[in-house]
Amino acid sequence: MYWEKDIETMDRDRLAAIQLERLRETLKKAKKSSYYSEIFKKIGLDTDRVNSLDVIGEIPFTIKDDLREHWPYGFLAVSKDELIRMHSSSGTTGRATVIFHTAGDIEKWTNLVARSMYMAGMRKGDVFQNMMSYGLFTGGLGFHYAAEKVGALVIPAGAGNSKRQIQLLRDFETTVIHIIPSYALLLSTVFEEVGVDPAKDTKLRMAFLGAEPHSEKMRKKIEEIYGFKGYNSYGLSEMNGPGVAFECPFQSGLHIWEDQFFVEIIDPETLKAVPDGEEGELVLTTLVREGMPIFRYRTKDLTRIIPGSCECGRTHRRIDRIKGRTDDMLILKGVNIFPIQIEKKLMEIPGVGTNFQIILEREGYNDYMTVKVEVQKEFFAGDLKQLERLRHRIVDDLKSDILITPKVSLVEPGTLPKSEGKAVRVIDNRKE
Amino acid sequence: MTVMIAYQLSIFAENKPGRLAAVTGILAKEKINIRATTIATSDTFGVINLIVDDPKRAQMVLSKAGMTVNLREVLAVLIEDKPGGLDRLTQLLLKENININNAYGFVLESRERAVFVVDVDQIEKAQKIIEKAGFKTLDADALAAVEPFHYMKY
Repeated sequence: MYWEKDIETMDRDRLAAIQLERLRETLKKAKKSSYYSEIFKKIGLDTDRVNSLDVIGEIPFTIKDDLREHWPYGFLAVSKDELIRMHSSSGTTGRATVIFHTAGDIEKWTNLVARSMYMAGMRKGDVFQNMMSYGLFTGGLGFHYAAEKVGALVIPAGAGNSKRQIQLLRDFETTVIHIIPSYALLLSTVFEEVGVDPAKDTKLRMAFLGAEPHSEKMRKKIEEIYGFKGYNSYGLSEMNGPGVAFECPFQSGLHIWEDQFFVEIIDPETLKAVPDGEEGELVLTTLVREGMPIFRYRTKDLTRIIPGSCECGRTHRRIDRIKGRTDDMLILKGVNIFPIQIEKKLMEIPGVGTNFQIILEREGYNDYMTVKVEVQKEFFAGDLKQLERLRHRIVDDLKSDILITPKVSLVEPGTLPKSEGKAVRVIDNRKE
Repeated sequence: MTVMIAYQLSIFAENKPGRLAAVTGILAKEKINIRATTIATSDTFGVINLIVDDPKRAQMVLSKAGMTVNLREVLAVLIEDKPGGLDRLTQLLLKENININNAYGFVLESRERAVFVVDVDQIEKAQKIIEKAGFKTLDADALAAVEPFHYMKY
């Protein structure tokens, strides 16, 4: 039941000792990056004399903007020859944050995801269908190689194309899937359409639900429809991707792999640590990464440490399912979207006025985004075709950036709320 | 004879209850008379086109009320209100390959005369052709003066 029993069940003191040892190594490596060498100099950190994990508290937080500003190589701690792969955060073209991996990084990441899948119960002999998009997004390749490592037969189906997914699933008797929870619901309607009952007519026994926060209620609903167990998977591209935290068979929180990540939960306002059990922002430090070590990365994800130990015997602490974000990032169909991306694109288009609004809705099991855009008064030439062209251009331009096709409706100038706060720009009507 | 240009008032409006009423409300208050109207919609939004007796003032008052208004040159052509009356005009424009973006009309005197408003791509060229063929067109003032059939007092 354990992939690496000694690591997974290691007592907390030994785990802390390993963390310290790995922190030392990571600090030494990070010193070679232009970004951290400067930071360490500034705070007067002697990386050769680190005697306590408390040192982490002296290092400033790293945020997404730091990664952007020092894009692409400012965080690189090895020479470029050592790199074998890059990934980037989902949904962003242009200045996406990029993470580079060495061969060692890929090996450790793959092992971590394998450990996670094995923990949930996937075994050699399982048929694993990966319904995540392959490419820059970490959910595709990250799970792919890990499933191979476990020894499952991997079907690299990729995202979408629901009828083909069902066909593959039936033809090759898929037992385990990796899927975005909102897509699992949508796919269930296609099952219905083709007259296949996923609970009775398939061999499915387990799903990894990832890339999108979801509630316990939603998980239960998916489990009921498919007649399998759904395990919550958490990760972010800046911390490799999937495999940061994962549910065990007890499904009560996600074990966060503390041999590879140092975990802090902070109050996003005061930036001070909160006690175990209290909700705050998850902050992570990589402990084994070679290519791009990152210290105290603010994930902007809200969660808490679940106090107490888990029945499964693992000593790595558990985090609760993600409650929300401390910034305005939205997640639609597993794609991360920042309103600022939409704003930037819109402002490049002639005829677009000053205000816009993003509305997220759920129709049946289908999530979609509507962008309401004010038309510039001067642009209007009394011509419906001209407006239609503008609308199409907005749809196309947004799609190329956020990778999702939004509905766009043009509205009269001055009818949308002024863009003072961030929140008014986004209305999330997605209900359970 | 010179061909005269008329003005069409176009208002950008979301496709939702009350938008047309907002426009007509303002015009009623300002005692501006509407001679003809068409609405073109596309999903969530549309364009309200109006022929009014005082287009410049109408544009001003509607803009002041925050509306997105455009004044556009169109041709208001007098045609005969009988079978083939409109056809004569459209065949003429077709022969010259002039595209009609929008067109609508109203009757002046039943079975006698009607006004047909055409919004065309090449307004100057269309003007010349219409003039040559002997059609009469109306400008804003003339449009304001004519008494459409449905407004006639008995």
